[in-house]
Amino acid sequence: MKDNSWLYTISAKRKLLDLNFKEIWQYRDLLVLFVKRDVVTVYKQTILGPLWYLIQPLFTALIFTFIFNKVAKIETGGIPPFLFNLAGVSIWNYFKTCLTSTSDTFKTNASIFSKVYFPRVILPLSLVISNLVKFGIQLLIFIAFYIYYYFQGAAVSIDSSIVFFPIVVVFMGLLGLGLGMIISSLVTKYRDLTFLVTFGVQLLMYVSAVMYPLALVREQMPKIAWLVEYNPVAYIVEMSRVMLLGEGAVGMFGIVYTISITLIILFFGIIIFNRTEKTFIDTV
Amino acid sequence: MSDIILKVSNINKQYRLGLVGTGTLSHDLSRWWHRIRGKEDPFLKVGEVNDRSTKGESDYVWALKDINFEVARGEVLGIIGKNGAGKSTLLKILSRVTGPTTGEIKTKGRIASLLEVGTGFHPELTGRENIYLNGAILGMTKSEIKAKEDEIIDFSGCARYIETPVKRYSSGMRVRLAFAVAAFLEPDILVIDEVLAVGDAEFQKKAVGKMQDISKGDGRTVIFVSHNMAAVKSLCTRAIVLSNGQLVYSGGTEESIQFYLQNGNEKGSDTLRYFSEELYNEFFQLKKTSIRAVGKEIGEPIDRNDTIVFSTLISNSYPKNLYLVYRFKDAQGDYIFVSSSAFSDFKLDFEGEKEVLMTIPSHFFNEGSIYVDVMLSNGRKVLFKEEDALCLIIVQEERELGEWMGRTPGALKPQFKWELSN
Repeated sequence: MKDNSWLYTISAKRKLLDLNFKEIWQYRDLLVLFVKRDVVTVYKQTILGPLWYLIQPLFTALIFTFIFNKVAKIETGGIPPFLFNLAGVSIWNYFKTCLTSTSDTFKTNASIFSKVYFPRVILPLSLVISNLVKFGIQLLIFIAFYIYYYFQGAAVSIDSSIVFFPIVVVFMGLLGLGLGMIISSLVTKYRDLTFLVTFGVQLLMYVSAVMYPLALVREQMPKIAWLVEYNPVAYIVEMSRVMLLGEGAVGMFGIVYTISITLIILFFGIIIFNRTEKTFIDTV
Repeated sequence: MSDIILKVSNINKQYRLGLVGTGTLSHDLSRWWHRIRGKEDPFLKVGEVNDRSTKGESDYVWALKDINFEVARGEVLGIIGKNGAGKSTLLKILSRVTGPTTGEIKTKGRIASLLEVGTGFHPELTGRENIYLNGAILGMTKSEIKAKEDEIIDFSGCARYIETPVKRYSSGMRVRLAFAVAAFLEPDILVIDEVLAVGDAEFQKKAVGKMQDISKGDGRTVIFVSHNMAAVKSLCTRAIVLSNGQLVYSGGTEESIQFYLQNGNEKGSDTLRYFSEELYNEFFQLKKTSIRAVGKEIGEPIDRNDTIVFSTLISNSYPKNLYLVYRFKDAQGDYIFVSSSAFSDFKLDFEGEKEVLMTIPSHFFNEGSIYVDVMLSNGRKVLFKEEDALCLIIVQEERELGEWMGRTPGALKPQFKWELSN
């Protein structure tokens, strides 16, 4: 009997980059159901329900405006500070939720993973997609404020590069996914990382140009500007502001750098995730 | 040549004992260092046979060692073995929950497992939503579930609650719903682990019936793991026996069960125990203890019809208040009862070496495993204690197909006097 009649093989060794797209496609219904579960169940038995999706970024942007623009007097280049912050906070939140939720994948789902098999990558994927839904809702509120400020006569203008905005969002998601997958894989053995993630993400926000324009760091603190300049998240935040508000600038270097770093991280994320998913249940 | 649907070759699985902690990083680094130099994993060589009761040298054990077998299409294969024999590990590898350390498994069909029902139920979702979610987790597509939705709800008997969040369900209802979803899976190979132990008697009957439909009626390939010999006997066409991670027997169901029962008892760790050196002082010494059925040798299977004799050899040089105590525990480790010679005012006031006998009448224990602690006491305090010194397995008598395969709950199944009043 020849081997080619076997449907699949379970073995110890596995190819380095073994993403079985066919299998993921077979489980697409599961992906959809997971997304639905994540979106629907978070605010069950709450009064405000999905309004919570809006309250978080609104208040964060409000506080940022107060602290960074009113108190610390950070210039936002003619853009209403609140709108500036709302844009930054929304896109940053998308990255943050993608990263933190996927970095927990193995640990929080250990009980499911220890019982049944399905392509493990479905879970982080579903998280990225359900966070995208939340981000979409937040984007709606941003648009509402945008229109309000526009009729108030604020100097906001949509850049023609807005057509690339979906791509920017996708890259933000992929970056969060890649990092999250790396962390989730390592967390199964080394729990130390959980602590690192919670406060590391907070620190990362300050070097991600969320509440200030990229140019400001270059001007005011040229010595530590590299911290921001080598941070792909900062470029994505800045890029989305360019597209949504017509404020800021990202050079060719920034674009190429961000794309390549995201792809490299995603690539490593998939490799490590694949290695881990087979045996993590023994160590988690 | 029959149509082989599943082929397991040289499967090994190694586990590291103890905590995953400080040693982990250094071992990982050492492994990685060996790998980049193209050498073999240094920790694959260590490790020893997985025997829970004896203390080992190494931090690594082989939960499975060199497992080879094949399953033909339409066959119902039973996997039997004691606790810790590697059954669940094997099932986990088969259902791809974890990977083998070495070796490979080839399959021609989709494998789905019922390792534990109710996996992935989300408490906030309604019963119906959970049917879809659970079905999808188990590998069904949405249209497949839709086609069977009514049947599933009907089988579960939870129709009235189907729009209620699962968190409001009783635990029994949750299990029913989960089993119903799983029962309507249609994989090529179905892996079942001890699902018969769910629900009440009525539902168990339904579940076993469904299992039989699946394996007999539809001609599906099933891999079935159970401690329930009666169920194995009536469902399986062939069986393999695992012991300490190794495949020790493969053959017809009858022969395998026979082998398992005899082999399990001959090992000596269960029904006969020689005590280690520590269990003595200058006055007393516990030498050995054993269980046997009246009219049978030590090691022969004991069933409910047997009168059981516990015998402990004690050497005594200080004939004063000395009592022998047996503590009986069920498989979960919960105490069933304690029997002390003090309860019967029986003192061990002899000098020299004597065997102390205690007899338990027939038809007292239920089928299953009973673990026994052996203790010596002086009436005030415990002098010696050996936990789980003995393990008594009461085997099931064979039953007719169609009769209830389950085991009545509880560790005891005594026969009392029944009569009508005049």
